[in-house]
Amino acid sequence: MSTFDGAILDFKRLETLASGDTTLHRLDPRAKVIVTALFIMAVVSHDRYAITRLFPFFIFPAALIAAGNLPLAYIIRKVLLLCPFAIVVGIFNPLIDRTIVLQLGDIGISGGWLSFASIIVRSTLTVGTAFVLLALTGFPAICRALEQLGIPKLFAAQLLFLYRYIFVLTEEAGRASRARELRSCGKKGQGMTSFATMVGHLLLRTWQRAERIHVAMLSRGFDGSFRTSRKSSLGSNECIFIALWGLFLVTARILDLPKLIGTFITGGF
Amino acid sequence: MHMADALLSPAVGTAMWGAAAGTIAWCSAKVKQELDDRKIPLMGVLGAFLFAAQMINFTIPATGSSGHLGGGLLLTILLGPHAAFLTIASVLVIQALFFADGGLLALGCNIFNLGIFPAFVAYPLIYRPLCGQDPSTGRRTTATVAAAIVGLQLGSFSVVLETVLSGISALPFTAFVSLMQPIHLGIGLVEGVVTAIIVGFVHKARPDIFIDNATVRHGFMKSIVPAFLALALVTGGFISWFASEKPDGLEWSLKKVTGREELDGANNGLHGRLATLQGRLSFLPGYNFKKTEGAKPEAGGKNEGGSRVGTSMAGIVGALLTLGLAVLVGVVLRKRQQLAATRPHSHEHAHPHRHEHEHLHSHGHTSHSHGHSHEHTHPHPHVHDHSQPHQADPNPQHTHEARVDVHCHGHDDSEHGSHEHHHDEHS
Repeated sequence: MSTFDGAILDFKRLETLASGDTTLHRLDPRAKVIVTALFIMAVVSHDRYAITRLFPFFIFPAALIAAGNLPLAYIIRKVLLLCPFAIVVGIFNPLIDRTIVLQLGDIGISGGWLSFASIIVRSTLTVGTAFVLLALTGFPAICRALEQLGIPKLFAAQLLFLYRYIFVLTEEAGRASRARELRSCGKKGQGMTSFATMVGHLLLRTWQRAERIHVAMLSRGFDGSFRTSRKSSLGSNECIFIALWGLFLVTARILDLPKLIGTFITGGF
Repeated sequence: MHMADALLSPAVGTAMWGAAAGTIAWCSAKVKQELDDRKIPLMGVLGAFLFAAQMINFTIPATGSSGHLGGGLLLTILLGPHAAFLTIASVLVIQALFFADGGLLALGCNIFNLGIFPAFVAYPLIYRPLCGQDPSTGRRTTATVAAAIVGLQLGSFSVVLETVLSGISALPFTAFVSLMQPIHLGIGLVEGVVTAIIVGFVHKARPDIFIDNATVRHGFMKSIVPAFLALALVTGGFISWFASEKPDGLEWSLKKVTGREELDGANNGLHGRLATLQGRLSFLPGYNFKKTEGAKPEAGGKNEGGSRVGTSMAGIVGALLTLGLAVLVGVVLRKRQQLAATRPHSHEHAHPHRHEHEHLHSHGHTSHSHGHSHEHTHPHPHVHDHSQPHQADPNPQHTHEARVDVHCHGHDDSEHGSHEHHHDEHS
C-alpha cells in the first residue's frame, strides 16, 4: 500500500521541514501566507501565452528554498508529479490551437504549444510555491494565520482536528486495506461490496472514536470554544518581507523583466 | 476532477474563492448555532476518515479499472449539509496543500464543485425528497444513486465552465462537455452504488446515527433558494465584469509573444487576430540565428526585419538570464544559509537523527502515562506552533519540546488505533 505509506511519509517529511530554524521559518506565518497569495495571483494573472514573462517569478521559490534551507531535490520531485488534470487538459491546446504565432528560425511554434508550455510553467510555479509555504510554515501555523486573517474559528478548528487525526485514520485504513489486498490474492474480493463493507466498518469505528474524543474533551473542560496562546506579532521583519516581495512581484507583473534585461544586454554589446 | 491553478484565470479563481469562503462562513455560523458540541470532533474525525477512505481502491465491475470513493454525499447524509460542507472543504484544503491536488487558487473551485453540489443541491433537492421519511432499503439506494449522479454531473459541468471561462485551455466548450459529462455519469453511478452500500451497512449497525438528520427543518429549502440566487448573481456579475476586459489582455499578450509593437488589421475576435498575425509573420523570410547575429548591431535601426529579430533575440537572452538569476539567488542564499548554520551559535536546527530519538523517547513516555485510556485529546489541539517559540525564547530546548509534543500525539494515538484494529479484525 504505497499510497498510504507515501501519504504518511509526506506529512511527516513536511512537518519535519517546517520545524527548521531559519529566519524564514521564524517569520510570522501571516506574512508568508499573504506573500504566497500575492505570488499566485501575480502568476495566474498572466495571459495564456506568457512563458518567458513568468521566469522572473522563479526567483521567489528559489530564494525561499535556499534561505529556508529546504531540500531542493525533494521539492522538485514533488513538483514533477504535476497536477495530472492540468496536463491532461493542457495537452489538447496544441491539437486545437494550431495557428503559428512564433517563428524561431525555421521552426514555427503554434499558439497551442506556447499555451501548453505556459500551463506547465504556471503549474510548476504555483504548486512549487505552495509546497515551499507549507515546508517553511507547517500546517498548524498556517491554520492559525488563516484564523487571524479572518477565516471562521470553527473552520480553523476543523482543519486542526482533521490534520490531527489524518495520521491515525490513514494508518488504520492502510492496515485494513493491506489486509484485504493480501487476502484477496488476485483480483477477487477487491470489488465494491467488500470495499463498502470495509469502509463501513471503518466509518463505525471512526464514529465511536469521535464519541470517545467528545467525552474526553468534555472531561477536560471543553465548553465549545478553542483557546490558543497567541504570541505572534507582525514586526519589522514581517513588514520588510511583505514590502520587498510585494514590490518585486508587482514589478515583475507589470514590466517584462526578461525582455528588458535581454534588450539591455544585446543592445550593450 | 480536481481543478488546477494552471487552468484558471484570476477572475474565475477569485470569484470561486469568494463563493467558497462565503459558504464556509455561513456554514460555520450555522453549525455554531446548532450548539452541538459532539459535531466538532465528529467533523474532524470524519474528515480524516474521508481522506483515508479516498485512498482505498476497489475494482469496478465489467471495466477492469479501479476507482475510489468521493464521499461528499456520504458525509452529507451522515452529518447534514452544513457540517458536511465544512468537512469536505477542510479535506480539500489539506489535499491542495500537501498533495498539490489542483492548487491554492483552484481551491475555491474545488470546494465549490465537490462541496456545494453534493451538500446543497444533490442532498436537499434529490436525496431528501426521494428518500422521504423512514425509507425502505431500495428507496434509499435509489435516492442515493440519483443524488450522487446529479452531484457529480453538476460538479463536472462546473469544472468545464470554469475552465472555458478562464480561457487558458484552448478546449472548446462543446468538446470538453461531451468529454467530461459521460465520464462523470459512470463515476456518479459507481459513487452512488458504493455510497448506498455504505449507508445501508451503517444504518443496520447504528440506526441512531441517522435520527438527528431526519429532523432537517422543512424551511431549509426556502432559505437555500434565495441563497443560491444571490450566489449565482454575485459570481456571474464578477466573472462577466472581468471577462469583458479579456480581449484587451489577450491583445496585449499577443504583442508580447510576437515581439510586435503594434497590432493592426481586423480585430474581429481571436481567430481573426491570429490569422492576421500569421499572415504578417509568414511574409518575412525565414529568419534564423545566423541572420540575427548579423542584424544585432543595427538592432536599434529602423530596419523592420532587423528590429523584430533583435527583439525576439532579446526576449530569449533575457529569459535565459532571468532563469540564471533565479538560480544565482538560490545558490547565494543557500551558501549564506550554510555559513550561518556552521556558526557555533545556531546548533539547534533540525537534525533528523536527534529528532527521531527524542520522538521515540517521548512516545514511550506518553503512552505509558495514558495507559489504557481511550483517547488523548486536547481541547485545543496543536496550540504549539513551530515557528513561535523562537521569537519569544531563544532557548533551543524549548522549541524541541514543542515539536516533539506534536509528533508524539500522533504516535500515541496510532498505537491505540492499532490495538483497536486488531481487536476488530479478530472478532
